[in-house]
Amino acid sequence: MSMKKLSILAGGVAAAAITAGAYAQEPVSLTIVSWGGAYTQSQVRAYHEPYMEANPHVTIINDDGSANALAGLRAQSQAGNVTWDLVDMLPSDAQLACDEGIILPIDHDEMLAAAPDGTPASEDFLPGSLGECFIPQIVYSTILAYNTDLFPEDAQPDSIEALFDVENYPGRRALQDRPGTNLEWALYADGVAPEDIYDVLATPEGQDRAFAKLDTIKEHIVFWTEGAQAPQLLADGEVVMATGYNGRIFDAAQVEGQPFEIIWDGQIVEWDGWVVPADGQNIDAVMEYLYFATDTQRLADQAKFISYGPARASSAPLVGEHADLGIDMNEHMPTNPDNYFSPIVLDNDFWTDYGDELRERFANWMLQ
Amino acid sequence: MLKTADGVTEQGHVCFDNVQKSYDGETLVVKNLNLDIARGEFLTMLGPSGSGKTTCLMMLAGFESATFGEIRLDGQRIDNVAPHKRGIGMVFQNYALFPHMTVAENLAFPLRVRKMGAADVETRVQRALDMVELSEFGARMPAQLSGGQQQRVAVARALVFEPQLVLMDEPLGALDKNLREQMQYEIKHIHDQLGVTVVYVTHDQTEALTMSNRIAVFNDGKVQQLASPPDLYERPENAFVAAFIGENNKLMGKVEAIDGDTCKVVLDNGDKVTALKVNVGAVGDRTTLSLRPERVVIAPEGSADLDNVFEAEVRELIYLGDHIRTRVKVCGNDEFIVKVPNSSHSPDLARGAKVRIGWITQDCRALDA
Amino acid sequence: MAQADAGNADLMQDASGQMVTADGVPLKQSLKRAERRRKLVALGLVTPLLLFLLVVFIFPIGQMMWRSVDNPQVVNALPLTLEALEGWDGQGLPGEEVYAALASDFRTDMERPRRDQFSGPLGVRLNYELSAARGAVARTVRNVPDFEPPYKEAFLDSHRLWGDVSLWRVIQREGRPLTSAYYVAALDRQFDDDGNIVLRDENRRIYINLYIRTLGLSVAITVLTILLGFPIAYYMSILPMRYSNLLMIFVLLPFWTSLLVRTTAWIVLLQQQGVINESLIAVGIIDDSGRFSLMYNMWGTIIAMTHILLPFMVLPLYSVMRTIPPSYMRAAKSLGATPFTAFRKVYLPQTLPGIGAGAVLVFIISIGYYITPALVGGQSGRMISNEIARHMQQSLNWGLAAALGTILLIGVLVLYWVYNRLVGAQNLKLG
Repeated sequence: MSMKKLSILAGGVAAAAITAGAYAQEPVSLTIVSWGGAYTQSQVRAYHEPYMEANPHVTIINDDGSANALAGLRAQSQAGNVTWDLVDMLPSDAQLACDEGIILPIDHDEMLAAAPDGTPASEDFLPGSLGECFIPQIVYSTILAYNTDLFPEDAQPDSIEALFDVENYPGRRALQDRPGTNLEWALYADGVAPEDIYDVLATPEGQDRAFAKLDTIKEHIVFWTEGAQAPQLLADGEVVMATGYNGRIFDAAQVEGQPFEIIWDGQIVEWDGWVVPADGQNIDAVMEYLYFATDTQRLADQAKFISYGPARASSAPLVGEHADLGIDMNEHMPTNPDNYFSPIVLDNDFWTDYGDELRERFANWMLQ
Repeated sequence: MLKTADGVTEQGHVCFDNVQKSYDGETLVVKNLNLDIARGEFLTMLGPSGSGKTTCLMMLAGFESATFGEIRLDGQRIDNVAPHKRGIGMVFQNYALFPHMTVAENLAFPLRVRKMGAADVETRVQRALDMVELSEFGARMPAQLSGGQQQRVAVARALVFEPQLVLMDEPLGALDKNLREQMQYEIKHIHDQLGVTVVYVTHDQTEALTMSNRIAVFNDGKVQQLASPPDLYERPENAFVAAFIGENNKLMGKVEAIDGDTCKVVLDNGDKVTALKVNVGAVGDRTTLSLRPERVVIAPEGSADLDNVFEAEVRELIYLGDHIRTRVKVCGNDEFIVKVPNSSHSPDLARGAKVRIGWITQDCRALDA
Repeated sequence: MAQADAGNADLMQDASGQMVTADGVPLKQSLKRAERRRKLVALGLVTPLLLFLLVVFIFPIGQMMWRSVDNPQVVNALPLTLEALEGWDGQGLPGEEVYAALASDFRTDMERPRRDQFSGPLGVRLNYELSAARGAVARTVRNVPDFEPPYKEAFLDSHRLWGDVSLWRVIQREGRPLTSAYYVAALDRQFDDDGNIVLRDENRRIYINLYIRTLGLSVAITVLTILLGFPIAYYMSILPMRYSNLLMIFVLLPFWTSLLVRTTAWIVLLQQQGVINESLIAVGIIDDSGRFSLMYNMWGTIIAMTHILLPFMVLPLYSVMRTIPPSYMRAAKSLGATPFTAFRKVYLPQTLPGIGAGAVLVFIISIGYYITPALVGGQSGRMISNEIARHMQQSLNWGLAAALGTILLIGVLVLYWVYNRLVGAQNLKLG
């Protein structure tokens, strides 16, 4: 086919499209990296499906690579072949990637939708959640959960102290195999106020204190690595209580009907959100998608599918019932005032500074 | 039981008494074996593969158990004695020299497991090596030896602990023809020297004829004939033995009359033959006449001293140096072989020529059909 | 020469007495020409594999080793500072000129496009040596353009670490293009204030213990595979082909099952509420409170890896045993050896090449295994590879991961060398 014919044909198609009331757009496919499982599903239903319906030229491909997102971003950037368009990651990793310049800085008010009442994005997102290159979607929390069948009805655990109380709550406990969350809880259970925890943990004495507290339950611990292991261990009766992500425990309890109960005391709260790889091939299309996917309604919609709190203040009143179960999601939100009575907000700066050292000490402690 | 010359019954060295063996519970591979082997005898079990001879040897060695019957060694039952307690030397078809030990270590093995002193072991190993003329080879590994040398080591190893009985399972099968013949004499020589009892298994009749005191011909799980080599060759007792040992002309027919030691047989083509009555039942039974090719003569006209003379037609001549192998058609048999000696007075034969051939009654044995 | 002449009657000699062929070309030369063609063909046949190995094996290993000593971060980010630090004796804080140089380095860095900036990697690198150093860099670098002299004060106000001598010692020590720091850390050591290499604080020592445990677990797994694999390989070797093939399928089954299926199966079997514990309770061997912990600990790793690696032991053993005729055992017995002696002196030595090959395979594979220990090994079943994987994927300290990997590689090579001295590599028989 000659160039001339081709351009005539293309012109014809464009004209037809315009007369049809839409403007023709190049088909584009976006590779969006997230955590997989129920979490990706909630994004698919709350963001991807409505967006693709409104924008038929866009195809979204899901990639479950978030667990190693930073390594992946670095590798793609070094190879000069960035195939990811949008990545869901934790703010601490996002800060590292941002410092390295492999993800784009974000002008939040410029690039994101304002709240319905006109409040600019930078004020609508929960305080402290926005990062230089980071757009938060949800607040999730790491909590302690237990199997209600394994304790007498009149002696169900109700606070973080129960985690360290093997006398009154005997049985094995599942903890994540990293220092983060475990050291915070050790200090919290030892009487340190939530707001002082990181100051104490920054001192050698505070670190000794945290490890000493962990020592008291060491022989009762089973460590987990992957998020899915915690509910599994609980369900199998391998452990009587487990630390885990509140969304996973919610899923197991509400969707699968497991007898799990969440202890909101001392919940460790963190954000999770989007970053845009610096050399992505579809940056314009991604920005359009982000504008849609992070608006007030979309963030509230995600809570229909998973029990993580929306990162915008304006979304909170819009949170309704679970799309499939029909239960009110508000009471399962980490940010619900009934649950948010003694939160520990994860300090990413602290973990950036002390993470290497404490990881080594924690690994050593696990080995002993 | 063996009868000695003076009529006293003597206990044989090895005795199979009504031994039966079945692997699958349905068929017998060894059927009612009764066999006495004298001390110092060289007895060969000869037969085609699958005839049960190796099974018998394995039962004697203890690697197979008899399903029924007794096996006695020096009058003692050994059916339930473990192989390593039987004290029987054995030479295997593939030599079974331990590849990770030197020749000397291989020879020392049976002595060491008997906890013999080191000095004693050394003397005996050296003596065994000398016996098989491999004195300098003690330090070599088996793989560095030729097939014949390996074979000699295997024989030496089976003898070094001075067993009274040595079993050999087709020990020369892997050697080439010249080496095999040489080894036959060497083994025979060692046997004569040491006076041990040897039970030898082979499917090679020449080997059996060369080496044995007696040969037990096996077929179909049974001993067909137990006899000395000359007896076996010249006086086979049934058609199988006649065919299996040496070359043999076969003529099929029916017994017409029996007259003492001889009988008259009508062949299938109508010719009549007088034969030695060996293994026939009554008049009217079918029979196989067996005739060695070297016992048939090309008879000049009018020769009178042959009992059976027939007209034959020469079909094929093969020059073999010492004799001319002549295939003729006679008595309806197209495959009849005559060995004509290559001598100055032998007749000149040509393909297609008509000749008269003949044989004496004593050389023509009437056997089972 | 006379002999040669007699032996090569068809060959001629030229004037100098050299052998020549019929057309007068020296014999050696024509031989060489003929050989060259053969060598080219051989080279052509091997080249694809050589290139493949070079690209996917030699090059990555070289890369890994390079990463374990590569140390560009400080040199790239702080050229002027390092120059200014040359005169510093390591005692007391450096002078104003060093801080001025630091400010100038940071300013230069801020002018670079974001992704070419060196301060990010610098912070990460310094933090490996000194906690909170990344924060010191990250929180200072953006404010440096506004700093006014005296710079020393400005830096000290910005973050406490700029007033810490240890940070300056780290900068000075790591201000070189190559470093031993990753190896120092990988061997549970650190630099003290005088730059000597000393053992780390007791509560931060990990890797030596992990190496020892990895060795111990690998030896245990190897021994177990021998104990379990030997009888089954022997049995298969004496069975008729038909049946041994069937058995072989069972042995190979782990190869054909996906890791997830296998892991699930192990969990079902091994956990405290699992099939094994329940059966033992049902039979009455243990009571409810005496359940065995068979997974999420060392036993989990040993059991699961023995299962996975069993085929690597059985296959070489089987292939060796197949070639050992039964007549050896029979010969030994006929020579008076008890069945046990016959086995020990005659059969076992002949299987050594198989045992050796299987043991080397299983040992080397288990030393580098990390997925299974991560899934069923819990903490006490972790091996050094898990730590390497963690540094590759999570902490992203690739230099340390590379150093740990290189030490492991050297360890394996040393063990192989020892094995070779003891047993002889020529005795390996892989099938």
